[in-house]
Amino acid sequence: MLVVVLKLLFIVLVIMAAFLPIITWVERKQSAVMQDRIGANRADILGLRILGLFHPIADVLKLFTKEDVVPAGANRVLHLLAPVIAMVPAVMAMAVVPYGGVYRFGQTELSLVVADIDWGMLYIFAVGSLATYGAVLAGWASNNNWSLLGAMRASSQMISYEVTMGLAVVGIFMVYGTLRLPEMAIFQDQTFRLLGFLELLGLVEALPVWLDWIRLPMWGIFLQPLGFILFLTCIMAENKRPPFDAPEGESEIVSGYHLEYSGMRFGLFYTSEFLEIPVIGMIVATLFLGGWAIPFLSQETIIGFVTPVFGEGVATAFCMALHVATFLLKVILMIWLQMSLRWTLPRFRYDQVMDLCWKMILPLSIANVLLTGAAMLWIGGLR
Amino acid sequence: MSVLFFYVFAALAIAGALGMVLNTRNTVAAALSLVVTMVALGGVYVLLGAYLIGALQVMVYAGAILVLFLFVVMLLNLRREEFSPQRQLPTKIAAAVIGLLFLLQFLRLIDGAFGAPAAIPADFGGYRQVGTALFTDYVLAFEATSLLLLAAMVGAVILAKRRID
Repeated sequence: MLVVVLKLLFIVLVIMAAFLPIITWVERKQSAVMQDRIGANRADILGLRILGLFHPIADVLKLFTKEDVVPAGANRVLHLLAPVIAMVPAVMAMAVVPYGGVYRFGQTELSLVVADIDWGMLYIFAVGSLATYGAVLAGWASNNNWSLLGAMRASSQMISYEVTMGLAVVGIFMVYGTLRLPEMAIFQDQTFRLLGFLELLGLVEALPVWLDWIRLPMWGIFLQPLGFILFLTCIMAENKRPPFDAPEGESEIVSGYHLEYSGMRFGLFYTSEFLEIPVIGMIVATLFLGGWAIPFLSQETIIGFVTPVFGEGVATAFCMALHVATFLLKVILMIWLQMSLRWTLPRFRYDQVMDLCWKMILPLSIANVLLTGAAMLWIGGLR
Repeated sequence: MSVLFFYVFAALAIAGALGMVLNTRNTVAAALSLVVTMVALGGVYVLLGAYLIGALQVMVYAGAILVLFLFVVMLLNLRREEFSPQRQLPTKIAAAVIGLLFLLQFLRLIDGAFGAPAAIPADFGGYRQVGTALFTDYVLAFEATSLLLLAAMVGAVILAKRRID
């Protein structure tokens, strides 16, 4: 029990206390750099500005001290509840994502995942599907037509992309043969010969041994490149950030479902949006980028390398720290990718968002499932 | 521990159901009570070891169908007069009759079901078992259902499109 609480505290604190303020800063600073501005650098403590890193503190202080306005005619209870509901799914999804492997310290085994459940991906989908309520309730409870329009856009967008998001990763489930996220990470801790397909095609009898060295890690992004692109698009659309922020659409519907929110209630919507960025990073890193696995360097190799010098306990702890750091590095990479996309692409028009979902991503993900199935049958038949 | 969770989820499900039936002033709140019931039922399924059904319950009912319910309720913008006692009476009688029939059927089912519970295999209710059953024993019913849903979908598109054109 204590171990579970500690594991949960670790990942929640790393994401919420360390990543979240930095991400809000990166959002501003990166946009400034990309648009050739100087950017956030006004907040200072005793004249110290350090690249605007104090801005998150100023943000929080501002949000907490602002007047909390509830519009007349609003449903007070739901208006209060909606931002909280918007926040919950992202925190809940963190429970099943592994941020490290399984480590043996003497008699005890430590598995760095909070809830190691067999239906991990289903859990993520189930929890994620509840995120719609935050936007829908906020829009309705505000008693404002723009808000309701935003809520309607948000709900139809999120429901549509949920369907395609599920289909986009069916291919990866078929390849890994599991929905359990720790098992997926372990599966990706292998390598395959890049030119092995020549043998499969019968073009060469057997590859020369020296070509065995040309290998790739068995990551989802290499096995399911199409699935990766489709899933990333869908899960970013779920987050309702640009280019998929039609539910907010400042130029058309003012600010969408959180138009009537001020102070920390708006802050909760803001936080949940920013919290979903690292959570998306965690999920995508585990599904497609090998999770905590370090390519070409297995756990045994690391432990075997360090043990003669420091002993086995220290070696295992070192390996664990290395894996957690690798995982967080991959999450940071995914955050960077999402941020870059956010500042590169303009907002889609609302019908374009829906067209992309139903006319592009849905057929492509079904084709991906078919192709994956055919390829697996073919490779299996050759063996 | 799991008994405690069961009572929490069961209480939530019952409270949500009562909230939906008894709340005649605010239809949106009634629909939200139904969401609570659906999520709590998902929790009960998970406690029973039916993980796939539990996840699907939350994903499909709470996450998709009830959002659409909620939207219909929100956009209809029902007035108080539409819930006047005269208009509600036939609905109430029908609901009472159906509820009573269900209760009788339920009593018949649990009568004698209180023997020793059968042993559940360790891998019961996972996605592998349900998938295998769907694509072997029940493949005909499964495919027929998918055809039915496809037909319904095409029909809905045609009906909606005619109105737009």
